Amino acid sequence: MSYKYHQFQVVGRGLPTETDEQPKIYRMKLWATNEVRAKSKFWYYLRKLKKVKKSNGQMLAINEIFEKNPTTIKNYGIWLRYQSRTGYHNMYKEYRDTTLNGAIEQMYTEMASRHRVRHHCIQVIKTATIPAKLCKRESTKQFHNSKIKFPLVFKKVRPPTRKLKTTYKASRPNLFV
Amino acid sequence: MPFKRYVEIGRIALVNYGKDYGKLVVIVDVIYQNRALVDAPDMVRGQMNFKRLTLTDIKIDIKRVPNKKTLIAAMEAADVKSKWENSSWGRKLIVQKKRASLNDFDRFKVMLAKIKKAGVVRQELAKLKKETA
Repeated sequence: MSYKYHQFQVVGRGLPTETDEQPKIYRMKLWATNEVRAKSKFWYYLRKLKKVKKSNGQMLAINEIFEKNPTTIKNYGIWLRYQSRTGYHNMYKEYRDTTLNGAIEQMYTEMASRHRVRHHCIQVIKTATIPAKLCKRESTKQFHNSKIKFPLVFKKVRPPTRKLKTTYKASRPNLFV
Repeated sequence: MPFKRYVEIGRIALVNYGKDYGKLVVIVDVIYQNRALVDAPDMVRGQMNFKRLTLTDIKIDIKRVPNKKTLIAAMEAADVKSKWENSSWGRKLIVQKKRASLNDFDRFKVMLAKIKKAGVVRQELAKLKKETA
């Protein structure tokens, strides 16, 4: 599964000056499509929090963070701050996914579809894996059932490869499972 | 018509699209409305969209997300492989695969066998015709 958003750990600090020989080192975890964007985003956030810019700062390390257990399903809670047409709002969203990158990707696509918020207007405040008992949203809680059972109601008949796709078919497909 | 094949933990499904086309996998957990965590004895446990799966009639008895050993043991206990190969769907797939992998000599042999079978059928038909006539 290739994900669009990768998680990076970016470490940087201001450049050492005569007054400040050992400036404080700041570390940030953020999501970006590639390393270049991650570094840029890091300076964006750091500028807002501390009096340091990319021109008088240095990047110490940037590493990609991979999911430790991509084969287990987890409930992710994401706190975000987004800019709508009228102002800034905070939001808390829950997603069920196997990896954090997948959950973040779900979040970005959902915000775009439900609230018309584009990627650059979203700031991820915090993410956490939530144990099943503490989930708040009904749509995630409905899958917390060890005896889950539901039928697939609508079966779309697909050719197994794109090559075998034809525009015209001889008969109407049977959509019943 | 009520539904007979449900998405549930332990349901065997056939992959009908993508890299693992034709594999039998077990639905090990449900992630979301349209994704499931699937597992098979010869692949790493991963997620798959329901659109890529066709449910079968076979279901095995497992708990949520078992580890590989328990899964393989449960599949042996339920005898999934032989149930699949004896079902009409499974048999059709085997025949399809066989037909696709024939070489020219095999196809020649098939042609001879078909001619022979048609000859025998026609003899019987002629006999029956003579009796009624």
